[in-house]
Amino acid sequence: MKSDLQKIHTQNLDLFYGDTQALKDVSISLEEKKVTAFIGPSGCGKSTFLKTLNRMNDLVDNVKISGKVFLDNLNIYEKYDIVELRKRVGMVFQKPNPFPMSIYDNIAYGPRVHGIKSKSILNEIVEKSLKNAALWDEVKDRLKQNALGLSGGQQQRLCIARVLAVEPEVVLMDEPTSALDPLSTLKIEDLINELKKNYTIIIVTHNMQQAGRISDKTAFFLLGEIVEYGSTDKIFSVPEDKRTEDYITGRFG
Amino acid sequence: MTRNYFEKELEQLHIEMIKMGSLVEESIENTIQALKKQDIDLAWDVFKNDDVIDEYEQRIEKHCLNLIARQQPLANDLRTISTALKIITDMERIGDHSADIAEITIRMANEKYIKPLIDVPKMADLAKQMVNRSIDAYIKQDLELAKKVCASDDEVDDLFFKIVLELINIVKSDVSAIEQAINFMFIAKYLERMADHATNIAEWVVYNVTGEHEHLTRYYHKDDRIRNPFIDK
Repeated sequence: MKSDLQKIHTQNLDLFYGDTQALKDVSISLEEKKVTAFIGPSGCGKSTFLKTLNRMNDLVDNVKISGKVFLDNLNIYEKYDIVELRKRVGMVFQKPNPFPMSIYDNIAYGPRVHGIKSKSILNEIVEKSLKNAALWDEVKDRLKQNALGLSGGQQQRLCIARVLAVEPEVVLMDEPTSALDPLSTLKIEDLINELKKNYTIIIVTHNMQQAGRISDKTAFFLLGEIVEYGSTDKIFSVPEDKRTEDYITGRFG
Repeated sequence: MTRNYFEKELEQLHIEMIKMGSLVEESIENTIQALKKQDIDLAWDVFKNDDVIDEYEQRIEKHCLNLIARQQPLANDLRTISTALKIITDMERIGDHSADIAEITIRMANEKYIKPLIDVPKMADLAKQMVNRSIDAYIKQDLELAKKVCASDDEVDDLFFKIVLELINIVKSDVSAIEQAINFMFIAKYLERMADHATNIAEWVVYNVTGEHEHLTRYYHKDDRIRNPFIDK
């Protein structure tokens, strides 16, 4: 059943890399215009799960997926145009990966791929995306310069702007601040808080405190399963499962 | 500036504290008016409104715990949140004592008071002023005002013993006054406790500003008091 608040939901999702089961029977409903954080130790399946949400795992050899993933009410693993899917569900990675081209062209790349040629429309998109990613003021005078000359934190905001340029509905973030210094990290966190007004955000983070600071809901993954999923207030103050408690209080292993 | 969300949450906490503070101030004001004028409706209002103050305490407590769990407050932020957590308990107790006094007012509704109320309202005004000032000091983070509150606690204590002595003398000459005398003694004690809670709040304000938590009441006559509490100073 799809509730009004639900943007993505999965049903009994299993995923194997060869013989190794990476996800076990994952059923979860992710809310629209909220920030959902996935936490858990390395190898727990949280990044793998994130990647199933825009079919990034299709590119991995030997991967076998069963179960269902719905975006709104459509199963994205059935008759779904992958280009269209990735336009609606964008992704930001751990390390900033700007294209080796100008700041402007980085942002205009996606809209051009989707057929926008008008210079004035592209200008608008570039400005709006950079503003939404809280980067415009820092780069507006050097849009033609190579994006690789930006600092790490700026590059990551550029990557976020690049995702926003194609007007996605969902933004997936795979440890978007783990390669950044503390101040750039806090800037990205503020940005995420702004973005959730218009986008559904799903973020994987190793930094548990970060999940606490920015997310509305948190899911704790362990050995390919979701152990506990609920409001971040609850998960961080009165978790129900002993394993969640052990993980968030650092008494794990 | 970074940490916009956390800043907003701290502002929200501040607003909740101001609201709870003004509810507590209002409850003292009303309970004293009700006692003086034997206004039973007003006394009932105070009695019922105590639940609202209790709800505020719970809400603020939850808010503070969530901020600690989720936002890693440090330095001044940590002191602000822990100060809020501590002083809501004092504010809640002050509200309780207002309700306690209201309850006695209701119980004495149809009785003529054994004596004209002079020192009790005086003590109430002092206690109320201490509470108002302590909450004000918290809101403005005003160190000097907080210290003033602590310094005035002795005055309230002196009045308390004065009232008790007076009540003892009334009962000595008229045993039938004992019921009311006991009630007034309770009222005096509640007012004295309110002043103590105001002092606690002020001490936490000092901690919030300076990082040092000390006991700042003076107890000039402490030794004398224990030996003979009712000697007029």
